[in-house]
Amino acid sequence: MTSTTRPSPAPPAGAPGRPADRGADHGVDHGREVREHPAERAAVRVRGLAKRYGPKQAVDGLDIDLATGEIVAVLGPNGAGKTTTVEILEGFRARDGGEVRVLGEDPARAGRAWRARIGVVAQDSRDQAELSVAESVRATARYYPAPRDPDEVVAAVGLTAKAGARVRSLSGGQRRRLDVALGVVGGPELLFLDEPTTGFDPQARRTFWDLVLRLRDAGTTILLTTHDLAEAAHLADRVAVVRDGRVVAEGTPETLGGPAARTPVVTWTADGVRHTERTDAPTALAAHLMATAAGPDGEVVDLCIARPSLEDVYLGLVTDGADA
Amino acid sequence: MSAATTHPAAGARAGSTSGRLPGAVRLSLVRAGVEVRQFWRERDAVVFVFAYPILMLAIFSTVFGNEDQGTGVTEVGYAQYFLPGMVATGIMLTSFQSLVISIAVERDDGTLRRLRATPLPSTAYFGGKVLLTLATSLVQTAALLAVAALAFDVPMPTDPADWVTFAWVFVLGTATGTICGVGFSSLPRSGRSASAVVTPVVLVLQFISGVFFAFFALPSWMQTVASVFPLKWIAQGMRSVFLPDEMAALETSGSWQLAATAGVLVAWLIVGLVVAVRTFRWRRRDDG
Repeated sequence: MTSTTRPSPAPPAGAPGRPADRGADHGVDHGREVREHPAERAAVRVRGLAKRYGPKQAVDGLDIDLATGEIVAVLGPNGAGKTTTVEILEGFRARDGGEVRVLGEDPARAGRAWRARIGVVAQDSRDQAELSVAESVRATARYYPAPRDPDEVVAAVGLTAKAGARVRSLSGGQRRRLDVALGVVGGPELLFLDEPTTGFDPQARRTFWDLVLRLRDAGTTILLTTHDLAEAAHLADRVAVVRDGRVVAEGTPETLGGPAARTPVVTWTADGVRHTERTDAPTALAAHLMATAAGPDGEVVDLCIARPSLEDVYLGLVTDGADA
Repeated sequence: MSAATTHPAAGARAGSTSGRLPGAVRLSLVRAGVEVRQFWRERDAVVFVFAYPILMLAIFSTVFGNEDQGTGVTEVGYAQYFLPGMVATGIMLTSFQSLVISIAVERDDGTLRRLRATPLPSTAYFGGKVLLTLATSLVQTAALLAVAALAFDVPMPTDPADWVTFAWVFVLGTATGTICGVGFSSLPRSGRSASAVVTPVVLVLQFISGVFFAFFALPSWMQTVASVFPLKWIAQGMRSVFLPDEMAALETSGSWQLAATAGVLVAWLIVGLVVAVRTFRWRRRDDG
């Protein structure tokens, strides 16, 4: 993972010794330290963002930063405020409060020159059905002052063979890749990807991931919202977990939730009883078990050493103390 | 951060962010190209828009073919009397009705959202719509006049002054219909409901504005109501073009009222513009 070359967050301040039940609070605490990026490298800086729909506080004091050139995945259950937040950053929605800088400007007031520097790949587009792939990308390129070469962009998303086909005739995965082509043909510095691989087959998803990583390697900053934890683990340099309209945890996919959340779990069966132990020294425990709990054949029954996956950590973060 | 400093794709760009934003006129033309291509490829809509006034003319002229309309002194065939109303209804169809539906659909299917995320100015989006409307209205009206002249022997005006009137009523009517269409497009909740919301409005206006029936035969209260809306005036302006001048006597005022026609259409244009600018939404009404 390229994320090892990126700025890592400071180790979490909170909660060593607190095992599986990680409170929402400590994620917020350690997140503060991550967010101090030098101003010139910050592509996105959000402080105390608030948005209310009627009685519902959709976004409630959300803070997030994106450094230039990194991929940040925003995770969270439906209704957590992800889409609202992203739409405010894209300039689609007005906010009720808080401070937002995207590429140095306030999206609520930014003009055409600013929109030329961002790219948006939204969910669920069904537009331009009657145009061909090439026509669609070429027309979009002409809206921008310094677009990428449309044919090269079509090739980059693997649609050259479909360049002459009507958009209406594309499969779901092809359609999504076209969406990405339309989002990047303007040569954006910052790209918003909203649940980009929903409905992809595993192979198409893998191809798509490679495309996103190439964009990042070309210097594009990417804000990705996703439900797919494997996707976040594969693509993101950092992940931010949003719940109830605020960021409850933030870190690299490897460190999210802190070391306590990552403590390996050793499970085994002895005398017909299943044992579980969390330990930072699983090898030593395994060696100990070999000496004390192995059967006549030298094997410990059902021995398993597992590190909690990003998904395990994520589920811990979003279900802990949740009302519902 | 080694990746961020290398920028392999930067070479493919023309000149990074220093390039100038394309102008609204050029982008209106780009949009018009997109709009025209999309329109022509939606075969069913093309057939409907172009065939509807011609079909109506054919049906009404065939059914009422032997009922000449006139003052007793000057009588014209039904097709000739009916043609100006069909020209007017065609303009309303291609400008007002088509725009209400297409903008509501584009609000639904992500077109507007996608455009909103690009540096395309909204003026260029509307510029593209106006150019598409002008193109379709021209083709539709030309086809209607050709069918009327060739199949129904409707005499075409020979006085250049009539064609001047035709030109300004056509352009002003199309512009007013387009702007009102943009304003009205914010009313339907979704693309699917748009046609259900706009069709009754169009139908009622057609019936009370002297499109399907001779305007002079309508009850006077209906004539008064119709006088508030542009369609009556477009139809009346077109009657001044295609009917003999003596038939002005059949109008409620006894004249063609061209100055009033221009006044009402310009008033709707201005009011429509204000309403359109104030109410235009990039998102659906129920979307946050």
